[in-house]
Amino acid sequence: MAGIEVSALHKRYPDGTVAVDHVDLSIRDGELFVMLGPSGCGKTTTLRAVAGLERQTTGDIRIGDTLVNDLPPADRDIAMVFQFYALYPHLRTRDNLAFPLRAEGLPKAEVRERVEEAARLMRLGPLLDRRPHRLSGGEQQRVALARALVRRPRAFLMDEPLTNLDAELRADMRTEIKHLQGELGTTMVYVTHDQVEAMSLGHRIAILNKGRVEQIGTPLEVYDRPASLFCAAFIGSPPMNLIEVEVADGKLRSQGGLALTPPPDLPRDRRLVAGVRPEALEVTEPGAEHSVPARVVSAEWLGDEIIYVVDHDGHRDVRVRMPPTVRFAADAPVGLRHTGGPPPVYDVSTEELVA
Amino acid sequence: MALSVDEAVSTGPARDHAPPSRRFGGRGRAVLEVALLTVLAVVMLFPVLWMIETSIKENRDVYAIPAKFFDFKVTMEHFKDVFVASGGGRSTLSASFLNSVLVAGVSTALATVLGVPAAWAYSRFSVKAKKDQLFFILSTRFMPPVVVVIPIFLMYRQVGLIDTKLGLILIYTAFNVPFTIWMMKGFVDEVPAEYEDAAMLDGYTRLQAFWRFTLPLLLPGIAATAVFALIFSWNEFVFAIFLTSSDDVRTAPPAIAGLIGGTTVDWGLVAAASVVFALPVLVFAYLVRKHLVAGVTLGAVRR
Ligand SMILES: Nc1ncnc2c1ncn2[C@@H]1O[C@H](COP(=O)(O)OP(=O)(O)OP(=O)(O)O)[C@@H](O)[C@H]1O
Ligand SMILES: [Mg+2]
Repeated sequence: MAGIEVSALHKRYPDGTVAVDHVDLSIRDGELFVMLGPSGCGKTTTLRAVAGLERQTTGDIRIGDTLVNDLPPADRDIAMVFQFYALYPHLRTRDNLAFPLRAEGLPKAEVRERVEEAARLMRLGPLLDRRPHRLSGGEQQRVALARALVRRPRAFLMDEPLTNLDAELRADMRTEIKHLQGELGTTMVYVTHDQVEAMSLGHRIAILNKGRVEQIGTPLEVYDRPASLFCAAFIGSPPMNLIEVEVADGKLRSQGGLALTPPPDLPRDRRLVAGVRPEALEVTEPGAEHSVPARVVSAEWLGDEIIYVVDHDGHRDVRVRMPPTVRFAADAPVGLRHTGGPPPVYDVSTEELVA
Repeated sequence: MALSVDEAVSTGPARDHAPPSRRFGGRGRAVLEVALLTVLAVVMLFPVLWMIETSIKENRDVYAIPAKFFDFKVTMEHFKDVFVASGGGRSTLSASFLNSVLVAGVSTALATVLGVPAAWAYSRFSVKAKKDQLFFILSTRFMPPVVVVIPIFLMYRQVGLIDTKLGLILIYTAFNVPFTIWMMKGFVDEVPAEYEDAAMLDGYTRLQAFWRFTLPLLLPGIAATAVFALIFSWNEFVFAIFLTSSDDVRTAPPAIAGLIGGTTVDWGLVAAASVVFALPVLVFAYLVRKHLVAGVTLGAVRR
């Protein structure tokens, strides 16, 4: 087991595409580290560089104490699970699992023992004698995970391993992976573009955008205080409302007069945007205390909650999360007020968190 | 999803169930189709049929006017003449058949050994100006062989390759390598690179990964490609007739053509030699037909 240190990683493909611009990551030993970002932001490329399947243009990668820049994948002692499971089609499950071990030249008895153990962990017993094409997607994925396990590598790398599964199975597998990682205590780097997956799995999350790291933090940190406008707009479903605000006599006010609790140390003379979570707002009867007049544009009934989309002077499409018991008709005049603590505030020009 | 090539083939028959919309016209259309196909088959197959008939007719019946279609005496004399010289011993024709086997076999093997790894490399690695290189490789097949035969003849004379089997093998290989690279690149593209990635993480080198995981999946494609290369080399006529002259180097196509052109032509012998010449390729293609179909249709199957 080992931590992974990525410093100043830069990858430019021969065709000129800069897939990774500048990435620093410090992944701790035993951590479940998630890399999250939109399609094409360089997640896979970063992961493949760590695995040794892609040579970075510049930058260093360390696994444990070893600088692995020039080590071939085989010598890095890591296992990778791909989005496309890459089980050898001509081998039965049993042999697929045994393959990496035979490659290492382990004695037969130990190979059998380790295969049994991995099969038990991933509950593959009845599937051991089937070939991949006779397994369902979920089963194939379990075999792929088991294949990563048998080697007892220093770290697991997972590239969107659940993307090809349906929603229900995905949730199950998520729990399973998290449980497994906790049990084994092996460092895991998990790549996904699904924020739910990222939030529920990760000890820490790195948010990537255009080949750069926007933020690294625990799921809670990332959710509460997105480090940039990009993160603010990316995390959460629906994401934060980005509301232009001004500082006036110690208050934070939107153009329409909506008052927000101001964070301390607000800089002056800058154009600011506050990131307000939908659950930090409230739709009220018109004219309620501290509320500003607004109008319901639409409502999404999600069963356990309602997402109201409201317009209020100068701001369109503000999203508010309300309990399902509070009901307003579309087009109804309502009040809108802020109920949460101080929101994160961003500078419009730098797009960075300022307070 | 992991899909082996054999499964890819097995999806074929499903397509025989025509969707309802194609049933439009029903019976009349079917009759028309069968009629057209029959006409086509007769036109295509008649020369073949006539060749086979001629090869087993006695000379008397071969030259009979009007031509005899059915009531002739069957003889195997012509086939004996193909292999056995008139004075006993091996005939020159049989020697040229052996030459054909050797030249076609070796050149196909060479083209496969050179072309498959090249195709793999073009598919897997980023190569500078890859598209241009591939276009250049293909462009060597644009012109008909007869265009380059004179320069090749002159060059071969310089280096002493005229009238040698090695010379023929080299030129056929040179023609088959581009074809092999192009065909095989398609097949390699179809095999997910993740197999090799996974194998490399499992402790294999890149070459081992190719050899142990990608290559077995490529076998149907290789078989298909090799059959096409083999057929090209086996049937090739222009280079064979220009670059060889002696009986112990000549391949079968010029040797059979050489039978025609004396004052009298032994058509029975020509036909029998042609049958013997056509047979191996037919048998071979039949044996690997499963792979051939897999090879030709593989690109159409989504994984
Ligand atoms: N082999 C390659 N050659 C050239 N460009 C590439 C190559 N692989 C990836 N890219 C480009 O590099 C960028 C980053 O790709 P990468 O696969 O790392 O993205 P990703 O974050 O994994 O996206 P996704 O969520 O879609 O998997 C993309 O713009 C992609 O087009
Ligand atoms: Mg990716």
